[in-house]
Amino acid sequence: MAYIAMATGFVLILIGLYGALTNRNILRMIVAFTVANTGVNLVMVAVGYLHGRTAPILDASVPVAEAAERIIDPVPQALVLTAIVIGVGVTALMLAYAYKLYESKRTLDISAFKDLKW
Amino acid sequence: MILLIAMSLLLSLTIVAAAILAIRGGQSLAISILAAGLVSLLASVQFLLLAAPDVAMTEAAIGSGLTTFLFFFVLGRVRGGEHD
Amino acid sequence: MIRRLFVTLLLLGLAGVFAGLVVSYSPDETLNLSARYYAEHTAQDIGAANIVTAIIVTFRGLDTLGEVTVLFLTAAIVGLVLSHGRREGGGSGRELPPAGELLGTGTRLLVPLILLLGAHVFVNGHLTPGGGFQGGAILASAILLLLLTDPLRRISHRLITAIESTAGLVFVGIGVLGIVLAGGFLDNRILPIGNLGELFSAGAIPIIYSFIGLKVGAEFSSMLAHLSETEDL
Repeated sequence: MAYIAMATGFVLILIGLYGALTNRNILRMIVAFTVANTGVNLVMVAVGYLHGRTAPILDASVPVAEAAERIIDPVPQALVLTAIVIGVGVTALMLAYAYKLYESKRTLDISAFKDLKW
Repeated sequence: MILLIAMSLLLSLTIVAAAILAIRGGQSLAISILAAGLVSLLASVQFLLLAAPDVAMTEAAIGSGLTTFLFFFVLGRVRGGEHD
Repeated sequence: MIRRLFVTLLLLGLAGVFAGLVVSYSPDETLNLSARYYAEHTAQDIGAANIVTAIIVTFRGLDTLGEVTVLFLTAAIVGLVLSHGRREGGGSGRELPPAGELLGTGTRLLVPLILLLGAHVFVNGHLTPGGGFQGGAILASAILLLLLTDPLRRISHRLITAIESTAGLVFVGIGVLGIVLAGGFLDNRILPIGNLGELFSAGAIPIIYSFIGLKVGAEFSSMLAHLSETEDL
């Protein structure tokens, strides 16, 4: 199952990069970046999965003494939790800049912004 | 176990289909944004199958809920900017 | 079209690298050293049932402080970028139709319940899946509902800033208390650890995570409010 999720994550990264590199509309590029972001998270969680184990929460079904034999790796989960929260912050920042760019040129086409092109 | 793997496989196919729908140019931006939200939502189910309930909850609340609404706030302001 | 060819070649190369990674990946049979340490020591050292929460708040608490700071910076930059040149007095000048009866009544009914659910999620972060970040996002969705009902409503930015900075200060203050009373910065043993699985257990983790939840909720709310206060172009 980890293989399926990992392959899905890599496919999502590729789809997102393709969308970000070929679309001309800034909002569509941001949508593609969020898809790639989800793919990265999926790959990282899949790396932490160990076959036949349960979630890293100690309760009646996972006694403390056997915890190391019963749970999956909690570290990638903590990392991905951070990555999701930072991801939405970065998305909000990109959207704010897209709004400002639209305000200055009244278009979202990336090829209209060539002020710094040389 | 077979059932879980079959579910995971089906879910993966749906995620990839939704992602292709999200980045395909030529349809309305609202459909792109909703499809990206769908990718996030289905990925959170995949996280649940991977025994990561914390991550699943975060992805469902933040990745698919808040992000979609941020996009729609901006999309509502730049109506008329999607001629391409 | 040379550009599209270039993109396709680049992505094919990347796909090759990724395929190699997936094929050569072999899952571990047992936990690695650091994960094994967390699995074996969380129960007696931290007292939290949810090991992910223990890692985020205690073992890697400094990272979480950095993360909340990054989130604060993003919210501040969104406010800075969007506030420039905004007309005073609010309103985009356009007459909006009033929200429907259904949405208005539903909002009045649901907002307190959503706030309660958010508080429940971050207070129980050390026992069940969930915690400050998820609870904060749920709090922000209550604000979102208010903004949807009345788009001209102005959420008080002064109140959001006050909640945000107080929560941040308390978070750092508890961390410094950890240096004075216990083993180090953000050590949760300034309060008794208690019994595994009870609400008042795991030392200071429920308090720290509640303030993280308030801070994250305030930051998301400020981003949403700034984006919804922009004007039609």
